[in-house]
Amino acid sequence: MRRGNGFMLSAAVAVLALTATACGGDGGDSSAAKGGVSGTVTYWDTSNDAEKGTYKKIAEDFEKRHPKVDVKYVHVNFGDANQKFKNAAGGNSGAPDVMRTEVAWVADFANLGYLAPLDGTPAIDKPSDYIKNAAGSTRFKGRTYALPQVTDTLGLFYNKKMLKEAGVEVPKSFDELKKSAKKIKSRTGKTALYLRGDDPYWFLPYLYGEGGDLVDPTAKKVTVDDGPGAKAFARMKDLVDSKAAVTDSSDGQENGLKAFQDGDVAMIVDGPWDIAGALQGKEFKDDKDNLGVAPVPAGSKDRGSPQGGWNLSVYAGSKNLRTAQEFAKYMSSAEVQQRTTEELSLLPTRRSVYDEPSVAKNAMVEFFKPAVDNAVQRPWIAEGNSLFEPVRGQMDAVLTGGRSPKEAAGKVGDEFRKLLKDENYK
Amino acid sequence: MAVETTRRAATADAGGGDSGAARAGGRGTGNETGRTGGSESASSGTGGRGGAVAGLRRAAQVHWYAWAMVAPVVAVIATIVGYPLLRGVWLSLTDADEANVERVIGVNHLPATYRFTGLDNYEAILGDSVFWDRLGWTVVWTVGCVGVTFLLGLTLAVMLNRQVRGRSFYRIGMIVPWGIPAFVSVFAWKMLFNEKNGLLNKVLDGGGIEAVPWLGDPVWAKVAVIAVNVWLGVPFMIVAMLGALQGIPGELYEAAEMDGAGPWQRFRNITLPGVRSVSSTVVLLSTIWTFNMFPVIYLLTRGGPEDSTEILVTYAFRLSFINSPRDYATSAAWGVLILVLLSLFTVVYRRTLRRQGEVW
Repeated sequence: MRRGNGFMLSAAVAVLALTATACGGDGGDSSAAKGGVSGTVTYWDTSNDAEKGTYKKIAEDFEKRHPKVDVKYVHVNFGDANQKFKNAAGGNSGAPDVMRTEVAWVADFANLGYLAPLDGTPAIDKPSDYIKNAAGSTRFKGRTYALPQVTDTLGLFYNKKMLKEAGVEVPKSFDELKKSAKKIKSRTGKTALYLRGDDPYWFLPYLYGEGGDLVDPTAKKVTVDDGPGAKAFARMKDLVDSKAAVTDSSDGQENGLKAFQDGDVAMIVDGPWDIAGALQGKEFKDDKDNLGVAPVPAGSKDRGSPQGGWNLSVYAGSKNLRTAQEFAKYMSSAEVQQRTTEELSLLPTRRSVYDEPSVAKNAMVEFFKPAVDNAVQRPWIAEGNSLFEPVRGQMDAVLTGGRSPKEAAGKVGDEFRKLLKDENYK
Repeated sequence: MAVETTRRAATADAGGGDSGAARAGGRGTGNETGRTGGSESASSGTGGRGGAVAGLRRAAQVHWYAWAMVAPVVAVIATIVGYPLLRGVWLSLTDADEANVERVIGVNHLPATYRFTGLDNYEAILGDSVFWDRLGWTVVWTVGCVGVTFLLGLTLAVMLNRQVRGRSFYRIGMIVPWGIPAFVSVFAWKMLFNEKNGLLNKVLDGGGIEAVPWLGDPVWAKVAVIAVNVWLGVPFMIVAMLGALQGIPGELYEAAEMDGAGPWQRFRNITLPGVRSVSSTVVLLSTIWTFNMFPVIYLLTRGGPEDSTEILVTYAFRLSFINSPRDYATSAAWGVLILVLLSLFTVVYRRTLRRQGEVW
């Protein structure tokens, strides 16, 4: 069901549409570069603290090639950006011309009329170059509302030395991980896995692993309570109860990374944004090769991790639409993507960038590229981001409150139907 | 609403100090004035219609300058309090959300398409256990916080009201939590509560006690949020109670001591009656604040684990800011219900006080 016809179909439509609009949008590059655009572009960057310096420089470099343009770079915390943008856009004052938008937000903003459609505008440049999965998240109801900039997914970070000391292989499934946990405990005294119990995004690999998904947007059906949802909750609880994993119900980002850096746990499920952080820890600082990255372990049915990443969206109310489009195109260009990979090890969304030697040889790209290729597209619906809150509550209830996994999955399903009531989900 | 309550409370506070002193001298008279004052203001409000119009006309002729002076304030209050309030009530009777209200985005003008739905929102909220569960915890949270804060504040104020060495140092120290922005304190507490790396668990670990899941376990999380709110609320309580204590004439204590009253008797018969009018005001104020204390809960636990620490206002916030599209109508209905609850509480509380002989 997960990677079923719906997704394939919509992805195919997306690629076709992107290819079709390419004819209209192509060829504007050189004329625009000659000074067609001018004015001020306000850009909201949502990158993390380690990344924002680079992004600021990149954004301001746009002024060099377009001297009449003034780029106003504003850094906004990822956690606040969604609300800030909605407040500004809905109130029609203070919204940025271009924003670095999380993949799940695009459909939501587009649905509310906050984003300018980009089909047929100069913003779209060589759309067939985009990775299919990354392009999927920019589409809503048949139109393109954003340009992919960075893609990511979850992987299994592991401490090579520790696994070797325990004499175990990198686990390919959660069952294997549970078995290895005993050896890891007895031979090194450490816990096998840090399980993120505070962030609903980390529920997805377990859910996909049991062959499930949150909702099926083509059939308009809530699927989280079909059975795999309960199994996914049960799997997480089992890992914690059997002491194969430790967890927290808050501060998981900080505590998890610290536990992995300090060698208190052998493995953690994490994304490329934490590679730099992990390498600063005492287990890896002097021995960077000690960090291994593998695909997320499989559940009983499948193996899958969610597709994440960042897109560039243009505000519908921008007073400087033409310049904003040109700026978004630049920020999504192969050249900028190559730069962010070289400087920050982020994963490009353009196929051509992966052919660049500096990118192809990047160790982190080598780790994550196969994982990204197999990442699971999320339901790109307006409510996509809202679906996480009920999952968070029930993760708490199962992991700390003793609620049965089946009941928890049922409750998530009920909440989803409430959230999706306007769309008449079954 | 908030503005109005505070203003009223402030005037009552100012009047309260006097009457407290008066009552300490002669209990009967103090009560008498309080009662008549109350009933007079009540009757003037419900005066005959015709008389009121004539009265207004006369008042306008005689006191036109006073009306002119008041006008800007009235206009500002009507704009910043009245309009949002009325609009909130109106929205709560519709099915408005972020997707169907009127928006102007650049050249796009999206018209409003929401409908009037009467009391449907209220029916849905009151018929759902979500509301009643939150209300139950909100009441426990409010009573717990205000009770503990008041007791602590009074105790510390009594201790600080004596000639102790370094008194001003202690006073400043106890006011510190008030000076720090609430969100900064909450983040500091969040770090202390951290289950794996927090200071509290490190200390417990040193004493051989197993780590406490401060924010991870429903019961501990409730204890944690109450503790932080008490910490934040005590300074205000100390300042208010210190003020009240200093308003009690020292001769009363001297006289009581001469008559052979022990410390406990002096506390019960002089201190408590002396601070009563101030304490009833601050209890009312902190009840309203605590009932609506959004930042502590939201920043410390986000209402979790699951929804064990979610109070009414944090849930209303979730409806209108976390979910998408933002559900303005239901959130407004929650807001109106919260307002009604607090107004009811205030009316009942004031009536009880009046029955006990307070001035309001």
